[in-house]
Amino acid sequence: MSLVSGAFFVFALCAVASAIVMVTRKSPVAAAVGLITHFFCLSGLYLTLQAQLLAALQILVYAGAIMVLVTFVIMLLNLGEEEKLAQKLNVRNIVGIVIAGLLGVQIIAFLMMQRSELTQLSPNAEVIGSVNELGRVLFTDYLFPFEAVSLLLLAAVVGAVVLAKRNLEA
Amino acid sequence: MQSIPLEYYLALSGVLFSIGAIGVLTRRNAIIIFMCIELMLNSVNLTLVAFSSFLGNTAGQIFVFFVMTVAAAEAAIGLAIILALFRNKQTIYVDEVNLMRW
Repeated sequence: MSLVSGAFFVFALCAVASAIVMVTRKSPVAAAVGLITHFFCLSGLYLTLQAQLLAALQILVYAGAIMVLVTFVIMLLNLGEEEKLAQKLNVRNIVGIVIAGLLGVQIIAFLMMQRSELTQLSPNAEVIGSVNELGRVLFTDYLFPFEAVSLLLLAAVVGAVVLAKRNLEA
Repeated sequence: MQSIPLEYYLALSGVLFSIGAIGVLTRRNAIIIFMCIELMLNSVNLTLVAFSSFLGNTAGQIFVFFVMTVAAAEAAIGLAIILALFRNKQTIYVDEVNLMRW
């Protein structure tokens, strides 16, 4: 077993385990830590796919920026553990797990329907994943979406300030 | 040298997506539901990166870049909504917020 396939199995196992930890923990802080671990594992998986820039961005943007925001809000609201609802919730839980399980089976069955026979990364995968190539494509072919997304971020910042402000007149 | 088939990545992301879906459908805490949505977004990102690297096409990784930006915008807005909700209703359990229930 080569180093890459060993790394794939380790990161895949760790990613699934931390996702399950995140979904099952009662305390929101424990769930957030599980999700951060999950993001680090995904970053490792991106590295096995030769996507170096995205692996770095995954840690910077998700594990860094977004999860700091989430844990900050958890601390701000001072949340305790989520207590169970009497018995009505159990039905809801079972129905939810069954529906999501069916969805997962459908997704995997659909993806496996047509085997691609691809067992090797593309020979230029290493070039594609580099900062150089992604930056060149982003600022030439995808320049308009890039500018549009900056407008979206501006709108999001203004929206967040308006929503979180206590009363707008004061 | 690389011996992992594309199907392994697709199956992994399918599993991660359904774990996220289970979380969205069964949890009550709005912040945890929000984190489960991030989990589902990330599993789709993994599919896009896998296709991009196996087929040798840049478009998949550019899409992941844009998905990350939209997820960051969504995080800011979503958490602001949760804060406003907590301020007005003193709860973030989604089943206790029934203002628009028929």
